[in-house]
Amino acid sequence: MNYEFDFSFLATHWRALVDGTLLTLRMSVTTIVLGFAFGVALAVARTQGGPFLRKAVVFYVEVLRNTPLVVQAFWLFFGLAALQIRVPALAAAVIALVINVSAYTAEIVRAGIESIPRGQMEAASCLGMSRWKVLRLVVLPQAVERMYPALISQFILMMLATSIMSQISAEELTAAGYSIQSDTFRGFEIYLVIAVIYLVLSWFLRLTMGGLANLAFARRRRLKTTL
Amino acid sequence: MLGISFDQIGFILEGMGWTLVLSLMGFVGGALAGLPIALALSRGGRLLRSVTGAYVQLIQGIPLPVIMFLCFFGISIAGFDLPSLVAAGLAMTAYASAYLGEIWKGCIQAVPRTQWEAAECLALRPLQRVVHVILPQAVRIAIAPTVGFLVQIVKNSSYAVVIGFFDLTYSARVVNNSTFKPFVVFTLAALLYFAICYPLSSLAYRLEKRLGRR
Amino acid sequence: MDDIVRFHEVCKSFGDVQILKGVSFSVGRGQVVALIGRSGSGKTTALRCINGLETIQAGQLHVCGREMHSNTVDLLALRQEVGIVFQSYNLFPHLTVLQNVTLAPRKVKGMSRKHAEDLGMQMLQKVGLEERANYYPEQLSGGQQQRVAIARSLAMEPKLMLFDEVTSALDPQLTGEVLRVIERLAQDGMTMVLVTHEMAFARSVADQILFMHQGVVWEHGNSDLLSRPATPELQQFVANGL
Repeated sequence: MNYEFDFSFLATHWRALVDGTLLTLRMSVTTIVLGFAFGVALAVARTQGGPFLRKAVVFYVEVLRNTPLVVQAFWLFFGLAALQIRVPALAAAVIALVINVSAYTAEIVRAGIESIPRGQMEAASCLGMSRWKVLRLVVLPQAVERMYPALISQFILMMLATSIMSQISAEELTAAGYSIQSDTFRGFEIYLVIAVIYLVLSWFLRLTMGGLANLAFARRRRLKTTL
Repeated sequence: MLGISFDQIGFILEGMGWTLVLSLMGFVGGALAGLPIALALSRGGRLLRSVTGAYVQLIQGIPLPVIMFLCFFGISIAGFDLPSLVAAGLAMTAYASAYLGEIWKGCIQAVPRTQWEAAECLALRPLQRVVHVILPQAVRIAIAPTVGFLVQIVKNSSYAVVIGFFDLTYSARVVNNSTFKPFVVFTLAALLYFAICYPLSSLAYRLEKRLGRR
Repeated sequence: MDDIVRFHEVCKSFGDVQILKGVSFSVGRGQVVALIGRSGSGKTTALRCINGLETIQAGQLHVCGREMHSNTVDLLALRQEVGIVFQSYNLFPHLTVLQNVTLAPRKVKGMSRKHAEDLGMQMLQKVGLEERANYYPEQLSGGQQQRVAIARSLAMEPKLMLFDEVTSALDPQLTGEVLRVIERLAQDGMTMVLVTHEMAFARSVADQILFMHQGVVWEHGNSDLLSRPATPELQQFVANGL
């Protein structure tokens, strides 16, 4: 193999990499916040709602979980363009990601809700709490705390999935790689560096979310046990 | 019909065929590489477990499109001129091997310690213990999550679009470029993926219920 | 009459199986009533009808002046007046002991945090656990958790307290601490209905003992009932020491 590795693009194109990384982070954080909120709402709708609402949520979740994110993104992006609705690529990307992540989040949180023993809900309602208070004060805090590891993993997967948004012109990290590559033709080295950046981002995101968990869940922080 | 011709539908179906081929490649390759990984992670010595664990963490921490690019460029650097199917297949194999390895490690570890001890006390040799006592039980536990992961493989094969691999997603995009009927085209693509994935998901769910109880 | 609870020919079925076949009794203000009987006799079901955890199909049931047999009962309002303690305590694991006790006063009655915490500490003192206020349920023994559960219900200042076999899940050496708390509550004049297996305790604390059998009140009387059972069923029950 007579290939000479050349990482000089780092000196000349580092700006593009930094911008791409920052955009990836921005997209991820926005999606996590919105996707989590929407996912919890869906899980509540699924467990508390009437038959029509429940079926609607099941349909939504099954469609999103059994079709690829790429196809969903293309459907949205090219569909909006065909309808002459001008939406910036970044917004379209975030919308597609939020919709996708909300379906997975909904399933995770639903499992959490269903794992709370009935006795607690009975005790709470016997203390005079309405259904919504029971949900908000007793069920959801425990459900989210229980499912926290699964949620973190899901959000990391989503961060990695932002990579495909390069296909709908969002200028995140993978797109930066593509543009540098067409400039310097050093594809392998470029994507090697990008792979390392994603690894660092994964590790960083996991650390941050784990820290937030400790902050939010006082019991976990003090006792170091899981619910 | 609906703005796209039968030829174009055929084109999309051809893409679906390649999606199935790539998925199968990924699954078979991933399974062949994943089993040794699973064994290394569950039964290996410290060094072996660290190295294998690092491999799994690496693959799981990099987006699949980036793995696709690395395989694509890596192959041409190595001096080969091969169709993108090879790069995509290699990437899917690496991806699947890491996840299947971890899933199967969990299944092996889920077989109670006492089974290993019982097999040992029956004077079975190490390989016999694995083959006759542990693996059958591990396989039983593994069926549901493995089928579940198969769904992931089919969906994530769509990432091969970044290296220009002619799969279902790529063919849909091409048809959209010439017809400008994204809702028709991509809904069709989504339906085709759904037709493959949903039955598999349901199967995995039912298997989980049936075989999940010990 | 100043009855807090009045059952009149109450019937309750679960699907095809009828559990309560015409239960009648009443509980006066400040009275302590013990429901005893074998499992399946309907005693727990009868208790759960009192605060609306189970609905009745026939008969009349009045609790705190409300008609439980109509479907316009405001359960949330009722449950602020009727407290219940369960066999499995059902404490909220994600909250500290004090937070468990103050949650309902703050969120249902709208009490300020300060006021609720003062009230909460008072209740914890009553059950002897004020030093564990900042512990989490999992750090406490079964008996301690049950006492917290009692404090939690007391914090709502109910008119009536229900106890559903609250010592059955505890190790024998832990039941004493819980029974003593219940005894104190009785002395302080709380109206209570207890489902219990602790015969000696029932005898010492109850004003009325009701022996339930096959879904009806088979025998009733004061604490002498157990030493002078009239029917063979109660005689056998007492003999078996159940």
